Amino acid sequence: MQLNRRDFMKVTGAGIACLSLSQLGFDLKPLKAYAAELKIAGAKEVISVCPFCSVSCHIIAHVKDGQLVSTEGDPDYPINQGALCAKGAAMLSLTRSSHRVTKPLYRAPNSDKWEEKDWGWVIDRIARRVKESRDKNLQLTNTKGQTVNRLEHVFALGTSHMDNEECALTHQAMRALGVVHMDHQARI
Amino acid sequence: MTNHWIDIKNADAILIMGSNAAEHHPISFKWVLDAKSRGAVVMHVDPKFSRTSARSDFHVPLRSGTDIAFLGGMINYIIEKDKYFKDYVVNYTNASLLVADAFGFENGLFSGYDPAARKYDRTQWAFQLDDDKVPKRDPSLNDPRCVFQLMKQHYSRYTLDDVSDITGVSKEDLVKVYEAYSATGAPDKAGTMLYALGWTQHTVGVQNIRAAAILQLLLGNMGIAGGGINALRGEPNVQGSTDHTLLYHLVPGYMAMPIADWQTLADYHKANTPVSYDPQSANWWQNKPKYFNSLLKGWFGENATKENDFGYGMLPKIEKGANYSYLFLFDRMYQGKIEGGFIFGLNPMNSVPNSNKLRKAMDNLDWLVTVDVHHSETTDNWRRPGVDPKSVKTEVFLLPSAHRLEKDGTVTNSGRWQLWHYKAVEPPGEARTFGDMLVDLMNKVRTLYTENSGAFADPILKIDWPKRYDADEMARRINGVFTVDTKVKDKEYKKGQLVPSFVALADDGSTSSLEWLYCGSYTEEDGNKTKRRDPKQTPMQAAIGLYPNWAWCWPVNRRILYNRASVNLEGQPYAPNKAVIQWQDGKWVGDVPDGGWPPMATGEGKHPFIMTVHGFGQHYGPGRMEGPFPEHYEPVETPVKSHPFSKQLNNPCYVSVSSDMDILAEPADPRYPIVLTTYNVTEHWCGGGETRNVPNLLEAEPQLYVEMSPELAEEKGIKNGDGVIIESARGRAEAIAMVTVRMRPLKIQGKIVHEIGMPFCFGWTTPGSGDSTNRLTPSVGDPNTSIPEFKACLVNVKKADKLTELA
Ligand code: SF4
Repeated sequence: MQLNRRDFMKVTGAGIACLSLSQLGFDLKPLKAYAAELKIAGAKEVISVCPFCSVSCHIIAHVKDGQLVSTEGDPDYPINQGALCAKGAAMLSLTRSSHRVTKPLYRAPNSDKWEEKDWGWVIDRIARRVKESRDKNLQLTNTKGQTVNRLEHVFALGTSHMDNEECALTHQAMRALGVVHMDHQARI
Repeated sequence: MTNHWIDIKNADAILIMGSNAAEHHPISFKWVLDAKSRGAVVMHVDPKFSRTSARSDFHVPLRSGTDIAFLGGMINYIIEKDKYFKDYVVNYTNASLLVADAFGFENGLFSGYDPAARKYDRTQWAFQLDDDKVPKRDPSLNDPRCVFQLMKQHYSRYTLDDVSDITGVSKEDLVKVYEAYSATGAPDKAGTMLYALGWTQHTVGVQNIRAAAILQLLLGNMGIAGGGINALRGEPNVQGSTDHTLLYHLVPGYMAMPIADWQTLADYHKANTPVSYDPQSANWWQNKPKYFNSLLKGWFGENATKENDFGYGMLPKIEKGANYSYLFLFDRMYQGKIEGGFIFGLNPMNSVPNSNKLRKAMDNLDWLVTVDVHHSETTDNWRRPGVDPKSVKTEVFLLPSAHRLEKDGTVTNSGRWQLWHYKAVEPPGEARTFGDMLVDLMNKVRTLYTENSGAFADPILKIDWPKRYDADEMARRINGVFTVDTKVKDKEYKKGQLVPSFVALADDGSTSSLEWLYCGSYTEEDGNKTKRRDPKQTPMQAAIGLYPNWAWCWPVNRRILYNRASVNLEGQPYAPNKAVIQWQDGKWVGDVPDGGWPPMATGEGKHPFIMTVHGFGQHYGPGRMEGPFPEHYEPVETPVKSHPFSKQLNNPCYVSVSSDMDILAEPADPRYPIVLTTYNVTEHWCGGGETRNVPNLLEAEPQLYVEMSPELAEEKGIKNGDGVIIESARGRAEAIAMVTVRMRPLKIQGKIVHEIGMPFCFGWTTPGSGDSTNRLTPSVGDPNTSIPEFKACLVNVKKADKLTELA
């Protein structure tokens, strides 16, 4: 007999598991110890979607005191029905990875290192570089005298990691700047 | 996908080709196995034996880049053996349309080819029109100029002998697949085709898929449950990012990017709005002006007026035929013509061909903004092995981005379901969402342009740009709102209220929508439908695994595209046990039909393929760059000097760039006799930038390897586990040899050709894991999409004396 964690919780929730299982001759000590330690006890369930392939398996994130304590496949979602592959199953370690970049970083021309900067500084600096490049290179007309308003010297690549809402904004912003070199994962 | 993930279970035959679904879309395979458990035959045609092959009824290895020959042979088999679904072919496809006399085919070239420009004059491929400008048809399919006869003639050349000779597939294996798959030509049988990058990443990528479309139309497999052409899309929101079009040649909603010749909005609409004179053709794209003008209204808000062409004049215009895709961008960068740019969540230094050139090209930038969750070969290119950072002038930014669990918003799965995900936790440290950064950055640019003079500030200052990023607000803007009080049928909508569906979008500025296909996802009546989690179904829907109340799907919550082709002229399903829609008591039940018109037999119906001008599924596709019928051409780097179908060795229109670093091997080059194909592994995602930073995933797949057959290994004196060097005309890579019968030597034109395979997910920022496989692959691409040919190039392999990239 196999009992997965969700079933186990359902049964214990109904208050009958100990009795019926011990009657079946199970040694319940490990299970009880496990229950006492359940990381997700009292955690809030938040529905999310695996950030890898486009099967878009649903994932339940368990959050306690603002911290992510566990992730698992969403059993109610009709496509993955609780299952996840290796990548989706690594959601917890992926999110909590110690290799994450957590501060804006800046590498000055010809420098051999990254420096930490604050958001205000980097946004200001990037905006100025964009304006400089645009003011210098925006092509208003082509050789035939037709209006073209395009900026060929600045490009935008990516990303299928964006949400739809972010993609819509990216497209709008880039066309407003005149960007035409625009591409992302759909072409590779 | 024309269908959706769960729908795979309805198939009677599943052809997986150009995909390793079990390893790269593992959960999709649940539905493949579901179909199999109920009797479906599952076939895997792929150079490599994988876990997909292991679970299939049979695996058929073929040489990379010969899919059209393989599929062309099947088209021939179906027509010869009369296996096609005649009623469907006559009524719903363009098989009966007559083609004008200018069209012809000789020696591997269609009529109208200009060798200097490497382009066709496609006007020579037009249909014959009658006096009312409606295409002429011959429903008997006997007219020698009808598409069916032309197709029959074209593919009669794809004999079993010739196909076997060039693909390396035995005749028995060919017939095994052809026979099993063509059995789905029976009206109540369904066959699905599952593909991925193994079909698209070729210089004939689009035509690979066209060949699949021809087969599906011959067998009556489009629009039905368990059928369709199903791209198993790879990246997390690549469907959505394509719909919202982070691509140079389109604007959101699959509409053309303006070109210089279309100076006014009227010019744009004239050039882009198709006209049909057939009363039975819905010609849905005739509505394009409504969608395009609503997009402009969404972009420029109050500043978009009828008088100023809704801001059209402010948009950038590209030159006709100009190519701004990756290959050309990096080539221009290599030539020093690009100043700066943004790379959001992408690792092109690993995942775009000819990485050695790309890595050098990036050194020419003055500034570069990278946005990512980890350091990658792209963010840290300036300190790559063998380069002194002091010699790299680029000012580089790396902005920390939030991951999926750290933000609200929607993604769209491969089956077009739009799915809301909720924020669970705050991003770590100072990481922020792409949306937050972009809104702030653009607002900063706007301030700079307000406070200072600058080049043509209009588009920057006149866009309707939010003060702060809010996913819900953006979801509303994407759906679209009324910009004035409006009445739709009997219902009043106030200015600012959500548009209920794209049918209500208008071209007069009274509506806005940032993506017409998503209009209807968020309404006044039902709220944000992407959040729905209701499994409710009718018994008819339950029978085919249709969940109309779970999330929302574009367009208009239609789960199976072209579904009116699943019923006969009376509106009754060809496969009653897995009906998608049915005409009952004067209305359609089941899925949302492709247009609500009554069945064709009433005389008031419309042809089911509503997105094509004439309303038919296209066996003959006159819109493609290199011809209306797929034709076999060899990969640009090929192990053969000739092929049996014509004297034209390669795609006559493939795109490429030339620089001192874009070197190609000769056909049948003795220096590079081995075919290389590339792929990925279950544990890593694409370039691997993310997954290599997850210890358990890296532990499972730690190092670059190369799979080769025992026969090749013996020839080269290589043993399993040896370090080896793989070399192409462009670069070299180190890998660990994995000697395995999963790769088979193939007999091509009487000679043995070896093929090897390598994943491309490893890079130098993960020490000891190896470095980019794409240092080997070439910068050549499909003429329709410019997707590079990652899947077939020429290399050689030898045992390494010493390894430096692998620990
Ligand atoms: S869990 Fe695996 S199969 Fe599911 S979406 Fe994620 S990567 Fe794809």
